[in-house]
Amino acid sequence: MSRKLLEIENLTTSFKIGQAYYAAVDDVSLTVNRNEVLGIVGESGSGKSALAFSVMRLHNRAKIEGKIQLEDVDLVKATTSELNQFRGDKLSMIFQDPLTALNPLMEIGAQISETLILHRPKMSKQERYDRVIELLDLVGISRPEHVYQQYPHELSGGMRQRVIIAIAIANKPQLLIADEPTTALDVTIQAQILDLIRELRDEMDAGIILITHDLGVVAEMADRIAVMYAGQIVEIADVHTLFENPLHPYTKSLLNSVPTEGQDRLHVIQGIVPGLQHLPRTGCRFAARIPWIDESVHEENPVLHEVTPGHFVRCTCHSHFYFPEEGKEEITNGNT
Amino acid sequence: MWKFIVRRLLITFPQIVLLSILIFLMAQSMPGDALTGLLDPNIDQSTIQEQRERMGLNDPWHIKYADWVGGLVQGDLGQSFRFKMDVSELISQRMENTILLSIVTLIFTYLMAIPLGITSGRYNDTLLDQAITGYTYVGFATPLFIFGLIMLFIFGYQLGWFPTSGSVAPGMVPGTLDYWISKLKHVMLPALSMALIQTVSTVQYLRSEIVDTKQKDFIITARAKGASESRVYNRHIFRNSLLPIAAFFGWEITTLISGTVFIEQIFGYPGMGLLFLESINMRDYSVVTALVLLFGIAQILGALLSDIILSLVDPRIRIK
Repeated sequence: MSRKLLEIENLTTSFKIGQAYYAAVDDVSLTVNRNEVLGIVGESGSGKSALAFSVMRLHNRAKIEGKIQLEDVDLVKATTSELNQFRGDKLSMIFQDPLTALNPLMEIGAQISETLILHRPKMSKQERYDRVIELLDLVGISRPEHVYQQYPHELSGGMRQRVIIAIAIANKPQLLIADEPTTALDVTIQAQILDLIRELRDEMDAGIILITHDLGVVAEMADRIAVMYAGQIVEIADVHTLFENPLHPYTKSLLNSVPTEGQDRLHVIQGIVPGLQHLPRTGCRFAARIPWIDESVHEENPVLHEVTPGHFVRCTCHSHFYFPEEGKEEITNGNT
Repeated sequence: MWKFIVRRLLITFPQIVLLSILIFLMAQSMPGDALTGLLDPNIDQSTIQEQRERMGLNDPWHIKYADWVGGLVQGDLGQSFRFKMDVSELISQRMENTILLSIVTLIFTYLMAIPLGITSGRYNDTLLDQAITGYTYVGFATPLFIFGLIMLFIFGYQLGWFPTSGSVAPGMVPGTLDYWISKLKHVMLPALSMALIQTVSTVQYLRSEIVDTKQKDFIITARAKGASESRVYNRHIFRNSLLPIAAFFGWEITTLISGTVFIEQIFGYPGMGLLFLESINMRDYSVVTALVLLFGIAQILGALLSDIILSLVDPRIRIK
């Protein structure tokens, strides 16, 4: 597979709280191929953003172990100046909060230009201006010449989000990490932006990591989906397999929580993701939230099993899982 | 932007008018008037009354106020009882000294505050930062008048590096180079004493602003663009951290103009603060009134200056 763009191996990102380190990303391995959108889904606190920040190496005081191979460079071992060459150029990121991600004292044009100045020093002023206008136009901002001179506080949340996207795609990155890129946008703009990301993928043969909790968006966009829970990948499969034949109890619960037609009561996953310090570190991490499942069916040290080619699921508990509102018998002749 | 400045100026005007009315009414409620103390006590009461009528002292307050303001606008602040000279002339001499002292103090203050604040904020929680923060705590805790005395004792008397009182050596001809050098020598020690104490609040503001700004999301955006650490600091963090300093600047100027009383007293420096103190002690009302008005105006203009600087630095403040 020469199509491999990013290969993450046994990545563990830990933060120091008090005297001890706690892993927010725990032994994650995954690959992103060229011309592929990898969706990462999971609840807040499941480690999706921490994973994205680790790949960008944007964590301030985190211990990062493992390997993040982008083309021929291991980002874990890269020096700061090497990282600065990558960031914003081959590797870039769309941030989730449009209201705070732009410098309040800088004109929009200058903020987009900055990334061009840093990575395309030979560009003339005029070329740079034209490129910024082109980018603003590309992300669907009308009157780009006017917006060029405006400040972030003069734009709506959706427009700011699009400016952030313009910054991220300015240098046509090889790998684009989009962390909730469309949460702040209304549905029409959302569709536009998703189209734009797809275009970028096709045009640049780029790999995209799409982080979201909007299952509708991943279903539409992603080629493969990784489901994260408590810092680990609990299931990874191509999009069709995952939606048609979800295995892990967490994946099933997530999918079951999406409102569908003809459903009178929505499934609610019990409890919340425990805080970083209180994450269970042994056994099946999801066990505490499915208490009706017999403890003996969990693995002692759950690992990813390849059920069918390319479809991995953690822990063996999935073959014994059923929803409390269903009968236990139903599941035994069910989908596994 | 210009709209903002003009609007801000328009607000300033009624503020000054209101201030002058307040000060005038307070001055009126003080005992005595322009004739008290000037006249021979044996003079006939009816002659005094006649004189009062002639001078307009029996007029209702708004007419007197109009007279007073009319004088003010033409630069007539009245007569000093003590110095027997025009208040405007008296103040203008002192004002020159105070302005010089303020400017030199400001220069020292920011020369120290900016590098210390940036270092402290950028390398926060290191040993260096702790040393700087330690200094600011000592600065906060030290009363200026004690510190001034210590400085005067060490550098003025013990080491003899600086003159110990006055604003210029006697016998200097105004306007010559020697005159200005002598003035600078005299201003150095009080300015340095004041700056060493005053700078600590600016250092603290700058430090906490930088520590705060460092963690903002847009800094992460800048890093994600591939900006180097020094670029992140120069382009993104520093400018955003300057906002409160800019807001503080105008206020600092006003405190310097009106609040150098202690320092001027200790260093025997003939500025406006010292004049104010002396005039209160001598019941020299016309001087006190004029100075209170001036300090008030300085305060209003200081706030105006702060707002204008802020609007230059921060586009969010400009009103469209």
